Amino acid sequence: MSLNWMTTRRDAALGWARKFSIFQYPFVTACCGMEYMATATSHYDMDRFGAGFPRFSPRQADVLFVVGTISHKMAPVLRRVYDQMAEPKWVVAFGVCTCTGGFYNNYATVQGIDTIMPVDVYIPGCPPRPENVLDGLIKLQEKIGRGESAALREPESRPAEFAAPHRPDAHL
Amino acid sequence: MNPDPTLTALLRSAVPQALLGAHQYQGQETVLVHAKELPAVARFLKEHPAAQFDVLMDLGGVDYLTFGKALKSAPSRSTPSPLPYYMNPKPVKDTWDRLVPDSAYRFEVVYHLYSSVHNHRLRVKVPLPSADPVVGSVTGLWAAADWFERETWDMYGIHFDGHPDLRRILMYEEFKGHPLRKDYPIYKRQPLMGPSN
Repeated sequence: MSLNWMTTRRDAALGWARKFSIFQYPFVTACCGMEYMATATSHYDMDRFGAGFPRFSPRQADVLFVVGTISHKMAPVLRRVYDQMAEPKWVVAFGVCTCTGGFYNNYATVQGIDTIMPVDVYIPGCPPRPENVLDGLIKLQEKIGRGESAALREPESRPAEFAAPHRPDAHL
Repeated sequence: MNPDPTLTALLRSAVPQALLGAHQYQGQETVLVHAKELPAVARFLKEHPAAQFDVLMDLGGVDYLTFGKALKSAPSRSTPSPLPYYMNPKPVKDTWDRLVPDSAYRFEVVYHLYSSVHNHRLRVKVPLPSADPVVGSVTGLWAAADWFERETWDMYGIHFDGHPDLRRILMYEEFKGHPLRKDYPIYKRQPLMGPSN
């Protein structure tokens, strides 16, 4: 009984600590990047939520911000970046292109990044307003605080080459 | 009858067997050339002192599969459109002369040439059949043709004979088909590629 209590308290403390120290990896490919920059810089100030420090190495990042259209050619690269992040990790789909493919319903565009990796928070919009982004970030913080992550429950329907546990040698 | 403009006249006197036709619009000359004769014509255009086309501005493909044919989605008397009149696609009519019969070709490769010496331009078109679209590469004459020809191969499946490295340039190697062909299904989706090791 007391051991369980200790464990839950420890998880809650960890979640509380994690949600206010988000090290993000911005994977910016398209116009949504402008809104990302607007959100991250001083006017909207993402740093208020403890997410002010983008890391441009997936090794040092907790949250992968996928910002912008992902083409079929980019998909393996994005998946490798995701594979290189240390757990626990979260993924935010920023903009409709990453959520569903958006209006790029064509031969070259991935129809939503959840076809290649688990996604925690979807922020729709073309592009989303900074307020919308901050709303998504707060939702992500709640999720982190609860100790949940989409990376921990992988759906079975994913194609084999994107299945997790994934390639152990992907970092080579 | 207007006399032929300079460059067309030059080609007509030098390589008459290669020329399928020519036209001009607003002082811009266009010549249609046999696919077999294209490398010779290109070399002539680059090296002849009156032409001296030293820059290949652009090279691209065209698919004329549905050109001049009425749109399937165009409303008719039996299937009136639910849309207001200004949103309806109109049946398109082919009104300009293509100089070769429709059955003879489907694709076209278009070369835009520029001469920095004489400051003149020429558009060269090469009609190609549907079955085996092959045309000689001009990478030996203009290095700029390298990526243009790779792109045209990637998008239209037009083969360039003699190209040193004819791979896809925009799509990935596992991609099936050529997406800018008019018969490529617009809702066709390709399998996702995983990270390769």
